[in-house]
Amino acid sequence: MCNQSVGLIQRAIEYAGITTVSISLLREITEKIRPPRALFVPFPLGYPLGEPGNPELQTNVMRAAFALLSRNDCPVLETFGN
Amino acid sequence: MAQFDDIELVERLFLKGYPFSKYSPRPGDPVANAVTPLRKPLDQCMIALVTTAGLSLPDQPPFDVTIKMGDSSFREFPAGISPQLLEMNQRSWSFDQAGILRERNLALPLDRLKEMQQRGEIGKVAPRHYSFMGSIVGPTKLMKESAPEVARRLRGDNVDVVFLTPV
Repeated sequence: MCNQSVGLIQRAIEYAGITTVSISLLREITEKIRPPRALFVPFPLGYPLGEPGNPELQTNVMRAAFALLSRNDCPVLETFGN
Repeated sequence: MAQFDDIELVERLFLKGYPFSKYSPRPGDPVANAVTPLRKPLDQCMIALVTTAGLSLPDQPPFDVTIKMGDSSFREFPAGISPQLLEMNQRSWSFDQAGILRERNLALPLDRLKEMQQRGEIGKVAPRHYSFMGSIVGPTKLMKESAPEVARRLRGDNVDVVFLTPV
């Protein structure tokens, strides 16, 4: 349900005129909700940025997500590490 | 990698039957199909964080896990807090909470964002950040009230970019 909620909140923010990108932990749900830009990450539920105590991985996930911000061919759904 | 099979059977059956397609964008729906292009380079953008991890500050009311269709309210955090102060209220049994309990940055990466600002990778950390609780089965109130209200506040702070994380 979290992935659906994120997509719905994301749409409202994008509609308000702010550029958005989200993390997806469940590709099947994000493909249905189709938020403007999402980065699918291969981590377990509850670990959207990878690992606790691993700031380098967390930052790399954020950088990969931020790299999608310039994309306007929405909905954008890319996979982390590809 | 998280897959449907990782989720407890009861929740998996619920998710399989849940009408996610009901919330797929419909043609002509201005909210669902909105695209806001980035207006400036990232190193000039103000960035805010939004998570559905169900986080709240100790002096804020916790999320109400007893609301049947899900608590669609939100909590607002000033940028100056340490994320480790945040408490987590979740009714979802479908995910492992241990990671976020160890480090809140895993869901609300405020420290990472501040580091990116210090390195000049982003322009500025926004003054306010937000958490919802994710387990919202009936999202009408979320879509009509609380999400647009957070969007208005973010606009009021002149935020350029929002980064969202589920759990």
